[in-house]
Amino acid sequence: MNLPGGTIHGAGDRYNWRDSAYVSAITIASMVLMALVLAIGSALLWQSLPAIRTLGLGFITSHEWDDAAGKYGSAAFLSGTLYSSLLAILVSVPISICSAIFLAEIAPKWIRLPVTFIIELLAAIPSVVYGLWGIFVLIPLLRDKVMTPALASPSITKIPIVKSLFTGAGYGPSMLAAGLLLAIMITPFITAICRDILNAIPSMQRDAAAGMGCTQSETILKVVLPSAAPGLIGAVMLGFGRAFGETMAVTMVIGNMTPNTPDGKSLGLFDPGYTIASAMANKFTEATPGIATAALIELGLVLFVTSMLINFAARSLVKVAMRRLG
Amino acid sequence: MSSLARTPILRQRRLANGLFQSICAVSAVVAMTILGYILWFLLRQGLEYFKPTLFIRLPDNVNPALGGIKHSIIGSAGILFIALGISLPVGILSGIYQAEARGKLSQSVRFLTDVLNGIPSIVIGLFVYAIWILPYALKHPGQGYSGLAGGAALGIMMIPLVMRTTDEMLQLVPQSLWDASLALGTPRWRTMLLIILPAARNGIVTGVMLALARVAGETAPLLFTVLGNEFEGPFTGPIDALPLRLYKYATSADPVQNSIAWSTALTLILMILTLSVIARLITRSGKK
Repeated sequence: MNLPGGTIHGAGDRYNWRDSAYVSAITIASMVLMALVLAIGSALLWQSLPAIRTLGLGFITSHEWDDAAGKYGSAAFLSGTLYSSLLAILVSVPISICSAIFLAEIAPKWIRLPVTFIIELLAAIPSVVYGLWGIFVLIPLLRDKVMTPALASPSITKIPIVKSLFTGAGYGPSMLAAGLLLAIMITPFITAICRDILNAIPSMQRDAAAGMGCTQSETILKVVLPSAAPGLIGAVMLGFGRAFGETMAVTMVIGNMTPNTPDGKSLGLFDPGYTIASAMANKFTEATPGIATAALIELGLVLFVTSMLINFAARSLVKVAMRRLG
Repeated sequence: MSSLARTPILRQRRLANGLFQSICAVSAVVAMTILGYILWFLLRQGLEYFKPTLFIRLPDNVNPALGGIKHSIIGSAGILFIALGISLPVGILSGIYQAEARGKLSQSVRFLTDVLNGIPSIVIGLFVYAIWILPYALKHPGQGYSGLAGGAALGIMMIPLVMRTTDEMLQLVPQSLWDASLALGTPRWRTMLLIILPAARNGIVTGVMLALARVAGETAPLLFTVLGNEFEGPFTGPIDALPLRLYKYATSADPVQNSIAWSTALTLILMILTLSVIARLITRSGKK
């Protein structure tokens, strides 16, 4: 035990058993915490063993999930999760990073405090509330103002890439709604971390650049952002991790249906879909103990492992960045 | 300077600068507007059923408009109380460990805590389901869901938050306080219990309140653990919680229940806000 100071109080040995009890208590609590992470992984593995044994690799490679036929393939959920999270990142990152730059570098002091307060407030709104807003505001808006006009317009079907994206059922619940709602949810989160990272950059760097006659934009783009880059990438990955495992808001707006195309796959933004988490929340009520439940728990295992990896990488990046900045 | 300002290259640079600044300002405004729009909608729609009957009645299946969400409020409060009971001992003790021991082991515990913090909440719920409810349900079909299990799931989510805040607050206590106490021959446990913890108390309480506020709105872990129901029940059986009620009413086909969902959301947000405001007041009173 490397406690700072060690055993400096030799005064009374009668205290020692209490001190060692104290040290044991805090050490055991920390071990419990470590064991918890291991326990989560092994419990999920244990309960999904029946599914892993029966389905093998088909669980990840197959597209078909059919309880009645006993088929459990999660490839569609995996790709749906990636699709909606990437969409969210694509929309959210430019806005988040620019807002963070505004808050940390450009905005006058009196604006920073209230805006920071609002961002903290928004990060505290539960995802189920975002989902509620998504169902009754975002979905009707997207359906009436985006999907219907886009599907009716003949010009869109002529542009090569756009044409395969802006298609689909178009009745509301869709990948587009899920991606946008996720973007709205992770924006305060990414903005807050990016702002902290920008604030951690020594002002000497900015002063040096300004002293050489750089404009503010040149200072930020050529001096501040390059040294903040690893941290900003880490922040974006943390946001990605959030979007990846987000359940309620996505479940409420993504439709939870296989797209109505011949092979059940679709790149169309207006088509409904699934994510791993939304499939878990949605199929849970129908699952009976046995292989169906085991397959759902295996979904949880996949989500656990991937989010561990994402978070591990992101935290390492942020840590490295913060250490380099001192 | 005035002659310099007229050179095209400088004018171009200034233009670029202005453009960059406006892009950043506009994105901040866009973000704020969307988020403000959500809050405004919540207030506008939520006030319709936000009246006393909402808090003192149970759901009414015959006439939903007369029903309330009393049992969900009680359920949420109970679940949070259980979560507190689980996360406080482990979180605070391991936070103390972080402040006391600075070695490789404590660093890896800290790192794992960050990782635990990033695990999706639905996975935590599924974990509790896998080790607690599923084994029970195999012996007694259809049973096993309980408020206790929901509290355990939220408690697990709170542990890293409580640990982090305890650690940070203990680090803020001046080193001289530790040194002075230890130099007088006070044992380590007594120094912590009587000198350091009281000095950091306000900060820790604030952090715990904020952690409670964060898990209060969690829905996904509760889906697998407390299930939800339509009446008041003991915490050893399925109970209801505000986020579950909100989810159920939001996805319902009945427009009246949809409206009650907005009021439920408003109640939930107010609960979370109250916790955060209390937390801030505690910090402020500590500073005086």
